[in-house]
Order: sequence, then structure tokens, then C-alpha cells
Amino acid sequence: MVDIQSASQMTSWLVAGQTLFLTIHLLGVLCFAYIVAKRLVPLIRGQRDFRFDQPLIRLGRVLKFWLGQWKQPRYRLAGTLHIFIFAGFLLLAVRAFSVLIVGVSQNFVMPGLAGRAGPAYNIITDYAATIVFLCMVIAIIRRLIFKPARYAVPARYGKAHTADAIFLLSLIAILMMADSLFAAAKAAAQSQPGQSVETLAAFSLPWMLQRALVSASLPTLGTLYFGAYLVHELTFYFLLCYRPFGIQFHVETSLFNIYFAKLDREILKPVRYGVSDEHLDQVKSFGVKTFEDFTWKHMLDFYSCADCGRCSDNCPANAVGRPLSPRFITIKARDYSFQHYPVIGRAHNGTPLVGSKDSGSIYSADEIWSCTTCGACEEECPLLVEYIDKIVDLRRGMVDDGNVPQSLQKPLKALESRGNPYGKMEKKKADWANAKEFQQTCPVKTLGKSNGANTLYFVDSITSYDDRMQSIGRATAKILNHVGENFGILGAAERDSGHEVRRFGEETLFMTLRDHNVEAIRTSGVRRIVTADPHAFNALKHDYKDVPPVEHISQVIAREVKAGKIKFSPVENENSVYAYHDPCYLGRHNQIYDDPRDVLDAIPGLKRVEMKRCRDRSFCCGGGGLMLFYEPKEDQRMGVKRVQMAAEAGANVMVTACPFCMVNIEDAIKVAGLEGKMTAIDLTELVDQQIAREGPDLKFGLKKEEQAAESKECVVTSSNAQ
Amino acid sequence: MEILVCARRVPDTSENEIQLNGAGNDIERDELVYSINEADNYAVEEALQIVTRVGGTVTVATVGGEDDEEILRREMAMGANHGVLISDEVFGGSDGRGIATILKGFVQKGHYDLILTGIQAEDGGAQVGGMLAALLDYPFASLVNSIEVLDGKKLKVSREIEGGNKEINEIDLPCVLSIQTGINEPRYVGMKGIRQVASLPIPTYGASDLGVDPGLVGEAGAKVKRVDYFVPPQGKGAEILHGSREENVDKVLELVTAKGGLK
Repeated sequence: MVDIQSASQMTSWLVAGQTLFLTIHLLGVLCFAYIVAKRLVPLIRGQRDFRFDQPLIRLGRVLKFWLGQWKQPRYRLAGTLHIFIFAGFLLLAVRAFSVLIVGVSQNFVMPGLAGRAGPAYNIITDYAATIVFLCMVIAIIRRLIFKPARYAVPARYGKAHTADAIFLLSLIAILMMADSLFAAAKAAAQSQPGQSVETLAAFSLPWMLQRALVSASLPTLGTLYFGAYLVHELTFYFLLCYRPFGIQFHVETSLFNIYFAKLDREILKPVRYGVSDEHLDQVKSFGVKTFEDFTWKHMLDFYSCADCGRCSDNCPANAVGRPLSPRFITIKARDYSFQHYPVIGRAHNGTPLVGSKDSGSIYSADEIWSCTTCGACEEECPLLVEYIDKIVDLRRGMVDDGNVPQSLQKPLKALESRGNPYGKMEKKKADWANAKEFQQTCPVKTLGKSNGANTLYFVDSITSYDDRMQSIGRATAKILNHVGENFGILGAAERDSGHEVRRFGEETLFMTLRDHNVEAIRTSGVRRIVTADPHAFNALKHDYKDVPPVEHISQVIAREVKAGKIKFSPVENENSVYAYHDPCYLGRHNQIYDDPRDVLDAIPGLKRVEMKRCRDRSFCCGGGGLMLFYEPKEDQRMGVKRVQMAAEAGANVMVTACPFCMVNIEDAIKVAGLEGKMTAIDLTELVDQQIAREGPDLKFGLKKEEQAAESKECVVTSSNAQ
Repeated sequence: MEILVCARRVPDTSENEIQLNGAGNDIERDELVYSINEADNYAVEEALQIVTRVGGTVTVATVGGEDDEEILRREMAMGANHGVLISDEVFGGSDGRGIATILKGFVQKGHYDLILTGIQAEDGGAQVGGMLAALLDYPFASLVNSIEVLDGKKLKVSREIEGGNKEINEIDLPCVLSIQTGINEPRYVGMKGIRQVASLPIPTYGASDLGVDPGLVGEAGAKVKRVDYFVPPQGKGAEILHGSREENVDKVLELVTAKGGLK
């Protein structure tokens, strides 16, 4: 041990350890570099992914989501703790480096901290270390005693992660303690008679330790000083090299993961980045079949997951007991990567990812088909991990291998031959509009060579063919008519938008449907498109190219209400309490949250409540398009959970703005036994029902000319109003 | 194992509204969409699975016209090694025995260990499999719902007996089997797969290629002739409900309860 004569040269206490410290530094850094290099191997073998554009926008997102911890407060307690820990780590980073360097160069002072800034920085970091230490204690207590449900690991996914989490939290606590003791020992020595006193932040961890050490002898303090340094050094490097083996790797990868995160989330990943649609036929294998089929960024996602469980906590499939938990999509892939690309030894790969467990596959087919692509997981993830693209890519791989459930094969085949999943005749597509009774009150023209229009109403399959949903089509047509829109439909020329076809991995079939529709839309010569189906809306807006601008009917209605073209009669039933259910592809995927609510709030006397889960935390009704044909393994329907949420909120009318939501919610009302207590209505149906149309309704202040103009427009008989 | 699957293209019953034509001797075919006969698709899947287990090739053959190439390509996209179109003007109007005679000619041109057909065509009468076996003097098993290859010379096949029991038989190769739907889960054939086989050549064989006597096939050779085609009149006891979905469900419940089906 060092012979301590005086405390005048505190750092001399470390001199004897210089060689040891230097060795640890070098070993630690080398070891870390080696592990990281090994971790990069699969990324290099992964698929291309263009994430190097728009550096300024990406930096902005780093500021928001990384430095600003934007998503964290969505979970109040855990988020706050994380913000403190994150801020503490950032503040302590400089201190950690100077401390490390002091071990080999005793008089080192970090540039910029030589003058007055030094003591100020020291005080800040004293507090930072204390706060991080306390956060660790709270986090350990949470993990051990309160055990939030979302951290639990269901048996089918392996053992609990608690031990690993506590081990890591403890290591950080030890690091903070060692760091504080190091500062305290030094300060305690200095506070002995005749020394210049270095101030420690009052009530901080170093401050308390220093007070405990005041009466200790110089040699004891020297030993403590040296010991604390050694523990700090060893813990630091152990953590550094251990992190790439588990969830703490996000400390290193998060910055990159957020910088490279997808900017245009609403646009689905192409089959291959850099391969145009025309050249897709030359791509031999579609989608993700083995681990190396993931893009490098998707692999980085796997490394970056912090296992916080927020994705699965919000996943509707997970909530109803389907065999899908987004958290484990990531965790299982990361474990696969660690196992098949070991730090020591050769990489071995090529196992199919989807298949039976016995053959080494990590995902089951049901797991991958269970996702409704609602986007709740992605909305929540603080690290911007992407899920939908991966699910779709895995499905593309399964479709390519012919591995598609029988229940989906029929509708897919029908989409191929008839352009709709029901196998209905094309010529019957416009039947909903051509019914005599309806035609007389509200003519809808089918666009053709001699029959042009300004606006296309894109109806899509379900609204065209499903008896119940045709009412949404008729309501939409009547609203468009009411506001004087010159519109038409494509009729037999309209094919399914292909929205779910694409999301179910049948890219080539989607392209055929899309190309047909694009051609038909262009031929029709329309200048804008309106649809009442959020899935068609999303497809037209993001999956199609070179088509006129598209709007959802709720946007049109909201605008016309503001412009005064639509006036409402007051609601008749005073006992009705309305709750608006956000369709995933209107809300989360297109951020249309306010328009439908504004419309509802414009109806006089309408009482509206919000469900606990609303807006970007809306809970999927069960999925649309092909998902209606899929037979999931589940304990409960998503829709049933959703209508129960509405009942809890005190609503007895659920308003939605999507035909698929209507299917699921109406079914769920029956399954949940809420018939008679709860009803569902589409926004268009409600608007159509409430529009003040005829007569001089003076309370809305219409002038005579306006009344005249209105009476020319479509007059509605109640037979068509829902 | 060299396997031949005899397949047929039929109007897809789930995607068409079948109506009688004006003459009343056939259905209206103008707006129909066609696909491979469902049971034949199961037969091809079974053949592919056998080949995966024991090796060999799968050939799919159909008797028909140019339009029928569509199903051959679909099955090739599924994994069949060869597609063969058997087509000749003189084949038109063949009855079941005529088709079996044509297929016999094709079988004898090659070396097939196993010949599979679907249990029956959706617009047919389950004739061809049995007749083909008889014409070839091969053993035949019908309604097969599982196949196990015992060695190079024998198969163990099972069929379901009315009431749900299973019967297992051993059968010598070469043989003809008619395949029941449900024997497997046919794989999906995507658009991409179909596109990739779009330009592969499909050989066509006519009567002379196969050495088939034109007098035995086609209209000339047909001894079974269709004389009428009609929708049977509504029988007694059959009631068709015409209400809305809810009304129908209520009505069905009422009827079943009234007949003592529900208590």
C-alpha cells in the first residue's frame, strides 16, 4: 500500500496502481471493442436499409426522442425514473472519463473544468450520482416488491428476467457508490487540519460519506481512496463489456437506433430496399425467412430493446391471449442473434425463423399472423423499435414459401380472380348504390368515358358488398351529395385497395390490385379522392403512387361543418352517451384524431365521453381486411375488450369511422352480452342522420338563398338512414 | 417415386353465381372464373409431400384446351416439376370413359409409380380414377385420406368410413388413388410464383402422340350423353329463408327448437 505522509497530493495515492489501472483500461477497451465488432457481424450480413438521408431531421429526432426522452413520460413512474437515470449518466459521463484518466495521469484535469467550472461541475455530479443511486434503489424495490405486470415473462417465453435486471441495477448502484466514496475519501483527507477544503454538494452521497469519514486516519482514507477507485474501474469496465450481452446494450445503441429510425413510418418497407417494383420479379426470395434476411437496422432494433415491456403492454393481440407479444419478437430475435453469432466461436446460421420449436425456429406461424398491424407497440416504444415492417417481412417470407393458413387462402384466391376477398362478381360492386329506392333520392354515378366527376368516392370491397356496411356507403354518398360534391364511383372497375393484402405479405398480388386501381383512377380523370374506409385511405395515401390527393370522409365533414355547409339537428335521445373509437388506420397511422371529434362535438346536445384508451393509445377492434377471415387462437375477442372499455367510460353509443371496426364492434356487443345497452354507429351514418336538411330551420340562421340551395340537394327518406 | 396427378379446371363454386344458360343444357359460362378442382389440388400437395419424403418428380396432366394451362402453371408454381396439356379436337365431348382412355394413353407413354386423382371433379361424377385404374389394370383405392410409402413397392393408405372410422389398406405399386380433400393442408400459391413459371414451356400431346384411337374418345366414343341440366324444384320440407341475417338466425333457432333439436 502507498505510504501516506500527507494529503497534499491526493492523486499520489493512486500512483502505485498506475500500471494496474493502465492494464485494466487497455484490457477493458480492447474487450469492449472486440465484443462490439462481433456484434456488428450480423448487421453486415443483413439486408440493405437506406437510413443515411436527411441528417438534420434525424438529428432533430435524436434531440427529441433520445436527449429529450420524449416517449418516457407516457409511463409516469418508470419514465420519470428513466429520465433521472439518463440525465445522471449524461452528467456523469465527463466525470467518469476524467476519473479513469486520473488513474494513469495523476494531475489530469478535463479541459474546460480547470477554472471555476470545475467545482460547479463537481457539485452537479455529486447530486447526479446520488440521484442515480437512489433511482437504482427504487428500481430494485419495484422489481422485487411491486413487480409491474408488464415485466413478467410468460412461461412459453422462458425464464423471468428479474435476476438479470437486478444484477445490472446493482452494478450501476455499486458504480455510483464507488464514485462517491472516491470523492468522499479525497474530501475527507482534505478537510483534515491545514488542508484547503473542497466543498461537496450538501446532502449528496459523497457529502454523507465524507462526514462519516471525517475522523478516519489518512492511511485509512488512502486505502479507501485506492479501493474505491479500483472498484469503480472494475465495475465500469465490467458493465461496459457486459452490456452487449443483454438489455443494457441500449445504453450504447439507443443513440444510433434513434438516429437511424424510420422517418416515413406510415410507408411500409419495400420488399427490398433499392429494388424497384419492375425489378421485383428478379428477387428470388421475398421477405424474412432466416435471420440474415432482416435489414441491419432491424437487427440494431433487436440490440436496442430495453425490455421495458411497453409494446406488449399495449398490444391488443397480447391482451386477448393471442400467441403474440411484440416484446418477445425482439427478445427472441436478439437471443437468436447472440446464440448464432457468438462472441467466441464461429457464426452458424440459416435456421428458418418461423416453424416448429424443435427445428430451432423462434417464431410460430400463429404468432406472426396474430398481428393486426394496429401500431400500438410502435407508438409506445421509447427507442423507436419498428415492428410492423418486421411482421410484414416475416409474412412475406411465409407467403413466398406457401405457408398461409387455409382460412386466408380462399379470400386471397378470390382477390386474385375477382378483385375482392368475398369472391363476389365485379358487376355487383355498385349494387349498393343502384338500388332503385336509393338511386331516386341520391343518385350516384359510375364514372366512365362520358361520365366524369371532380371527386372519386373510393368505396372498397367491404362497403360495396357487405349488406350491413353498404349503409356506410349510402350515408357517405348522401353526405357528399349534401355538400354539393360532384362525385362518382368506379363501380365494377374498382378492385380491393389491397391494404391488407400487402400487410399480409402478398406483395405481388397487392401490386396487381394497385396497378389496376391506379389505372382506373387515372382514366376516370378525377382530381381528388374521398373514402370512408381508413384502410383504403391509408393504402391510397401511402401505398399508391401518382394518384390524386385522398381524404377520409371525416376530414371532409369536419371542413364542411366549419364552413357552415353542414348543420346538425340536435340529438333526439337525451340518454345517449357517445364514445368515439379511433380506428388504427385513421388515428395512429394518419394522426386524424380531432376531425371526427370536432364533428361529433358540433352536433347540438351530443354528450361525448372519452375511453381511457383513446387517440394514440386506442385499442384495436380486432383488425380489418383479411384479418376478418383469419381464425386466431385467442382467449377473448379484441372487440369485446373494446366495448367493455366503452361501457366503463359510461358510453352507450360507440361511434367509429371504419367499416371493419363496425363489423368487429357490432359482433363484440353481441358476444359481450351488451345488446340493448350499447350500439355502434359509423360517423357517416350519424352525420347523415343528424344533418339538418329540409325546411326553413331558422335556428341555424340560414338565409333564404341558402335554404333554396339546400332544398335542391338530395332529400333523404328515413328508410336509408341508419 | 414418379407421380402423375390428373387434374381438372372447373368453375370456382365459391366465386361464381352459377346460373343456367338459355338453352337449359349447361350453365352460363361468360363471367365465370375458374380454378383447379379443389380435390385435385390436395392430390398435388400430397404428391409434393411424398416426393419431399422419398424423392422423385411430380407431373400434373390435364385433358382440355389452351385455357386449362392456367391450372397447370398454378400447380407448377406450387412445386410440380412438369405440367402437361393433353389436347386434341377429337377429345371434345368425351364421357368419363373417354377421359380415362385418353389418360391411359398418356400414362403408358411414361413410367409412373403412382397416379393420383382428386376424389371427384366439382362438376363431375368421380368416374375417371376408377376407370383409369381398370383400363391400366392397376390396383385402385378411393377416398384416400392418408398415404404412407412402405418401401419402393407398396403404400399404406387409409380412408374414412361413414361414421368416422378409418380403414387402412396396403396397396401395390403402381396404382391409382383418388384423394379426399382434407388429406393435407395445400400450400399457398402466390402471384409471384405463378409469374415465375409464366414462361415455362408446357408440352401438349394430341391423340396421335398418345396412340389413342379417335373412335374410342370424344363425342364419337361417348356412350354417356348429357340430356338435361336443371335446377331441381324445391322439395317438400326444404325451406329457404329470405330474411335479413338476424331474422334468418332467429327463424333457424325457432325451427330447430320446434323440431326438438334444442331444448
